[in-house]
Amino acid sequence: MSSEKPNQQYEPVHTNKVGGSPFTGVTGWIDNRLPIIRMFKHEYLDFQVPKSLSYFWSFGGILTICLILLIVTGLSLGMHYKPDAKYAFDSVEKIMRDVNFGWLIRYAHMNLASFFFIAVYLHIFRGLYYGSYKEPRQLMWLIGIVIFFLMMATAFLGYTLPWGQMSYWGATVITNLFSAIPLVGESVVTWLWGDYSVGDAALNRFYVLHWLIAFLIVGVVAFHVIALHIVGSNNPSGIEPKDTRDTVSFSPFTTSKDLVGMLVFLLIFVAVMMYAPNYLGHPDNYIPANPLVTPAHIVPEWYFLPFYAILRSIPDKLMGVIAMVSSIAILGLLPWLDFSKVRSSVFRPIWKQCVFLFVLDFFVLMYIGGAPAEGIYLVIGRIGTAFWFAFFLILAPLVSLIEKPLPMPDSIHEFEEWKKQGKIKTIKLFNR
Amino acid sequence: MSKKNNKDTSTRRDFLTTVTATVGVVGVGAGVLPIISQMNPDSSVKALASIEVDISNIQEGKEITVLWRGKPVFIKRRTKEEIQKAEQTNMKDLMDPQEDKDRVKKSEWLVVVGVCTHLGCVPIGGKGEYNGWFCPCHGSHYDTSGRIRKGPAPTNLEVPKYEFVSNNKIKIG
Repeated sequence: MSSEKPNQQYEPVHTNKVGGSPFTGVTGWIDNRLPIIRMFKHEYLDFQVPKSLSYFWSFGGILTICLILLIVTGLSLGMHYKPDAKYAFDSVEKIMRDVNFGWLIRYAHMNLASFFFIAVYLHIFRGLYYGSYKEPRQLMWLIGIVIFFLMMATAFLGYTLPWGQMSYWGATVITNLFSAIPLVGESVVTWLWGDYSVGDAALNRFYVLHWLIAFLIVGVVAFHVIALHIVGSNNPSGIEPKDTRDTVSFSPFTTSKDLVGMLVFLLIFVAVMMYAPNYLGHPDNYIPANPLVTPAHIVPEWYFLPFYAILRSIPDKLMGVIAMVSSIAILGLLPWLDFSKVRSSVFRPIWKQCVFLFVLDFFVLMYIGGAPAEGIYLVIGRIGTAFWFAFFLILAPLVSLIEKPLPMPDSIHEFEEWKKQGKIKTIKLFNR
Repeated sequence: MSKKNNKDTSTRRDFLTTVTATVGVVGVGAGVLPIISQMNPDSSVKALASIEVDISNIQEGKEITVLWRGKPVFIKRRTKEEIQKAEQTNMKDLMDPQEDKDRVKKSEWLVVVGVCTHLGCVPIGGKGEYNGWFCPCHGSHYDTSGRIRKGPAPTNLEVPKYEFVSNNKIKIG
C-alpha cells in the first residue's frame, strides 16, 4: 500500500499467546494452549498462606465440599422428583421407599443443607472475630453476603419441594413477604405464584429456581475465591505476612489440615444423617400440603429462626420485612462501621466481648423464632432485635473509637512465639 | 470522512447512536415482556375464578370453608349476638376502620377470604380475644366482622366479590 511510510515503527501484535508453560510433554502442550494447569499450580500448590491459620480457616474448604455434595445429591434426586402439586409429595415418598438408595440420597441432601448453614455460620463468625471484613477484604466480605442471601433463597425453595404442610405454608408466608411492598405488592405476589395462591404453578417454578440459584451460588463462590487469591487469607493475628518466616505453602500444609477439618465435619454430618436424619426437620412436613388448614405452630427451618424472630418482633408488616432483610444486609456495612485499625479480636478486649454477646444474641433469637409470638417471648425477641442492630450501628463505631488495643507483635512469626509463651489467648479447640 | 464540516458528521453519528440505542431498548423490552408475563396467572386459571355455594345447610353460629381460587373462603351464619357486637363496635377501636354494614350484604351472612392479611395463613374460627378468628402463625386477632383488632396484620379480612343468586345460594367471584 502506498500509505505505508518507509521509516515508521509499528507496535508488534501478538494474537497468538501460546507458550510460557513451566511444564513439558503433554501437560506442557495443554498448558501452553489452556493455562489452567499453571494457574492451579500457582494458586493451589505454590500459593503462600499465613502459617498461623487455625481450623477456623477450614470452613471455606468444608463449604466447597458441601456445595459439591449438595449438587451431586440434588442431581440424583432431580432424576426421580416430580414438580407437580399432585405428584410431588408421593414422588418424594417413592424416593424414600422405592428408589435404590433414595433414602440415603434424600437424607444426605436434607442434612447437607443444614450442615451447609452450620459451616457458613462458623465461617461468618470467624470473619467477625478476626476482622476478616476489613481492608483489603471488604469486597470479598460483600460477595460472601450475596452468597448467604442466595443460600437462603435456594434453601427456602428446596424446602417447598416435598410439598408437605410446612413446605406449603412456609412458601405461603415467605412469598407473602413481598405483599408488604407498597402499591404493587399484591400484583408481585400473584406474579410469583402464577395463580391466586401457592399451587402447582408456584411449585413448578420453585423447582426450576432451586436449580438455577444453586448454580448461581457456584458462580458467585468462584468470585469469592478469586477475590481471596488476590487479597490473601487473613489469620488469627490479623497481621499481614511480611516474609517467608510468616507463611507456608498452601500444599501440603493447608491442604492436609483442611482435610482433617473436612473429615471431622463430615463425620459429625454422617452421624446426624444416619442416627437422627429428621432431627433438624419438622414432622408436619410429612403431612401432605393442605391449603385449607394452617399447622397450629408454623416455624421455618432452624437456620432461618433468628431472622424469623426479628420479623415477628416488629408489629408492623412492612417494617417487619424491612427489619428482617436489613438484619442480614447490615453485615455489609460492618467494614465501614468498624473502623478500628486492629483486625483480630485477640488484641481487641472490648470488641471481643461484643462479638460473643452478638453470638449469644443469635442463639437467643434462634430460640425465640421457634417459640410462640406472645408474652415474654415477644419482649425478649424485641430486646434481641434491638441488640442485633445496636451491635452494628452503635457498638461497632463506638468500640472503634474508645477501645485501647492490647500490645501487638510485629509479625506473624512473633505472634506464634507469643502464643507459645502463653502471652496470647486463642480459641484452643481450633488451634492447629 | 466528510471534508466539509466535522460538526455535521458528529451529529449524524449521534443520531445513529440514539436510534440504535432506542431500537435496542424497545427490542429488549419487547423480548423481556413475554418472559415476565408468562409467570402471571393464565386464562385457564382465571376461568376458574367464580364458584357457586349452597348455604342452606349452615346453621346459626356455624361457618363453612370453601376453596375459591386456591384460597379458603369463610361463609359464616352469624348469631344475633355476634351481629350486634360487630355493628356496635366503636370505629375508634379499629385498626382498619370499616362499618360492619359495609362488609356484609345480609347481616346474618359474613363472607370473607380466609387468608390472614399478614402473611397468608388460615386463621382459626371462634378463637382469639374478639371471638372472630385467630391466626396461629403470628398472632393476629379478628372480630366477628373479620376486622383486624390486634396483631401484625395490617388490614381486615378481605371480602370477596359475591352475590346472592337465591336465598340459599351465593356466587363467589
